[in-house]
Amino acid sequence: MRSFLTLVALLILTPALALAAGSVKPPRQVDWAFDGVFGTFDRPAIQRGLQVYREVCAACHGVHRVAFRTLTDVGFTEAEVRALAAEYMIKDGPDDSGEMFERPGRPSDRFPAPYPNEQAARAAQGGAYPPDLSLIIKARPDGANYLYSLLTGYRDAPEGMVVPERMHYNPYFPGGLIAMAAPLMQDGVTYQDGTAATPEQMARDVVNFLQWAAEPEMETRKRMGIHVMIYLFIMTGFFYAAKKRIWSKVE
Amino acid sequence: MAHVPHEQKPGIIGWLDYRLPIFGTLKGALVDYPVPKNLNYCWNFGSLAGICLVIQILTGIFLAMHYNPTAAGAFNSVEHIMRDVNYGWLLRYMHAVGASMFFIVVYIHISRGLYYGSYKSPREVLWWLGVLILVLMMATAFMGYVLPWGQMSFWGATVITNLFSAFPVIGDPIVIWLWGGFSVDSPTLNRFFVLHYLLPFLIVGVVFLHLVALHAHGSNNPLGIDAKAPKDKIPFHPYYTVKDFFGFGVFFLVYAAFIFFAPNYLGHPDNYIEANPLVTPMHIVPEWYFLPFYAILRAFVFDIPFWAIAILPLAYAGYLKWTLKKSGECSMANFLAALNPSRAEGAAGRMQRFLAVLGVGGFLLLIGLAGFVIEAKLAGVLAMFGAILVLLFLPWLDTSPVRSASFRPLYRWFFWLFALNAVALGFLGSLPAEGIYVVIAMICTAFYFAFFLVVMPLLGKYEKPLQLPESISAAVLKH
Repeated sequence: MRSFLTLVALLILTPALALAAGSVKPPRQVDWAFDGVFGTFDRPAIQRGLQVYREVCAACHGVHRVAFRTLTDVGFTEAEVRALAAEYMIKDGPDDSGEMFERPGRPSDRFPAPYPNEQAARAAQGGAYPPDLSLIIKARPDGANYLYSLLTGYRDAPEGMVVPERMHYNPYFPGGLIAMAAPLMQDGVTYQDGTAATPEQMARDVVNFLQWAAEPEMETRKRMGIHVMIYLFIMTGFFYAAKKRIWSKVE
Repeated sequence: MAHVPHEQKPGIIGWLDYRLPIFGTLKGALVDYPVPKNLNYCWNFGSLAGICLVIQILTGIFLAMHYNPTAAGAFNSVEHIMRDVNYGWLLRYMHAVGASMFFIVVYIHISRGLYYGSYKSPREVLWWLGVLILVLMMATAFMGYVLPWGQMSFWGATVITNLFSAFPVIGDPIVIWLWGGFSVDSPTLNRFFVLHYLLPFLIVGVVFLHLVALHAHGSNNPLGIDAKAPKDKIPFHPYYTVKDFFGFGVFFLVYAAFIFFAPNYLGHPDNYIEANPLVTPMHIVPEWYFLPFYAILRAFVFDIPFWAIAILPLAYAGYLKWTLKKSGECSMANFLAALNPSRAEGAAGRMQRFLAVLGVGGFLLLIGLAGFVIEAKLAGVLAMFGAILVLLFLPWLDTSPVRSASFRPLYRWFFWLFALNAVALGFLGSLPAEGIYVVIAMICTAFYFAFFLVVMPLLGKYEKPLQLPESISAAVLKH
């Protein structure tokens, strides 16, 4: 039986080991509030991260799967959400005369993408395509740590490495050359809660925001998981006791 | 199977059962069904596989209510399920993690059969039906992985469907037919969705036959000896119902841990990037449960000349005949002989077989000498399918009269070596096919096939089994 369990463990470990075999610099490991079985959303950090996203990232990147209405889950009031949504212009239509028109956003809308399509984005960005960030944390191995490392990992290219024009060196990016320039500058945003806006702090906050954007169900999921595990543990115990008792008659 | 009552019993159930003997049949299969009393926890995995199938079908039906099988809409509809459908994330994670759990359970179930010789007479057809379920499961899982229409979905589908292009002449038309176009696109996705919904119900049908075959001779047991006296067996209920329920509890603890705390651990991050036909991922890897077979596929980096195909089967037939201790025993050689269309006996039969072999072998040898080869790609594809199909011949390749590895001192070691080798193949399947990895994959592939084709018949000839116990009860009481 123990051999079987070893076999199962090995089978489960295989994909993880496979990921570790890559050639890119492994991301720095950060302690996150959302890590682990009891992980929760750090709501102030998510709200600051939203500010960083809107003032810095949103120039090029969308989060078009996130609906304004879901922001109430991270501590915004409904009035705040309505006001925030109204700051965006949303393309709607066609109206009765067949024309498309723009109107202020509503809580039921999603964050509009900065470019209408990939071609427009590439044309504006000199050929590079800034991906939508709604799922970025789940779409990269060790996503949260990777993104934090990437955002804070810009440095001078090693001796002898040729960095082409419009490209930037970042050891955490596959291949080492990334089109995005270092986006986070000291005091790039002014936080309303007075937190000092260092690049590390902003990177941390925006990762918290994007983690929530990628897995808005995470807190509910983990809390439900704990209840389910406790329930299953007790139920399994009862079945074990019943099994022992019933089988005591055999032999 | 059906228990038709001799006379109508009182009450509504009695009335119905007299006309439709469903209650009596279920009682016979799930309550009174006699089971050897010495089964260990390895025997829990059959019912666990059944639970997995039910969970997959139920969650799948609800997911299908919100899913959109088009290239433009699939990825968005999955995210809609994750974000907007009530408990959609729970349904999807149960289904995605459930697929992995199903394979873990089924692989352990198969390993148990391999270790305790559950495929041996009279359970060969039971084993066959199990292999058929495995094949159907693999097809279903592969097509299911395509449905979220992420990068790995798309490129996995492209790589696997392209395998069929390895077949000469008919290959390319087959691939276009499978795709419903000239690349993997909406028509491919739509048919995969239809088949992904259909196949599980075929699996249910084969599972039913699997149970009919099981109940014909009952479960094997860790000793591998037939139950003799009635006291060797106990009724399924309550003994094995309660044991199975305990097993379900342990299984659900593992399953729930993945669903709630690491739902994407067994998946690939690239599948959260929407499919893009213009961008190829750095390493295309299938789901973990296909990795050993993927390694076998990629281990063939050399062409196989036709003369080898002429000589190898003949040499192998000679090997099989040599491993026979005495004629007339249950073996691969006799199994193949039984399939021989020429039933002629004696010298005339031998002459006919000799001429047939000479004709086919000579033809292959000739075109081999003319330079024809089986290309590496086709060889890999054939080996990958062969790795599963070889299981069908297992009952005849294994000529040992003893079922359980507990009484087979040599086979036991080879079994664990085989298990280790399978894990190694899985690991190799996840690595890029470069340099030393290819060489190791070739060695592991060779051992995979040698275990069935070479080791099994050889052990039947040379291994000295340990003394079998008198009966199940005698062995149980001794402890």
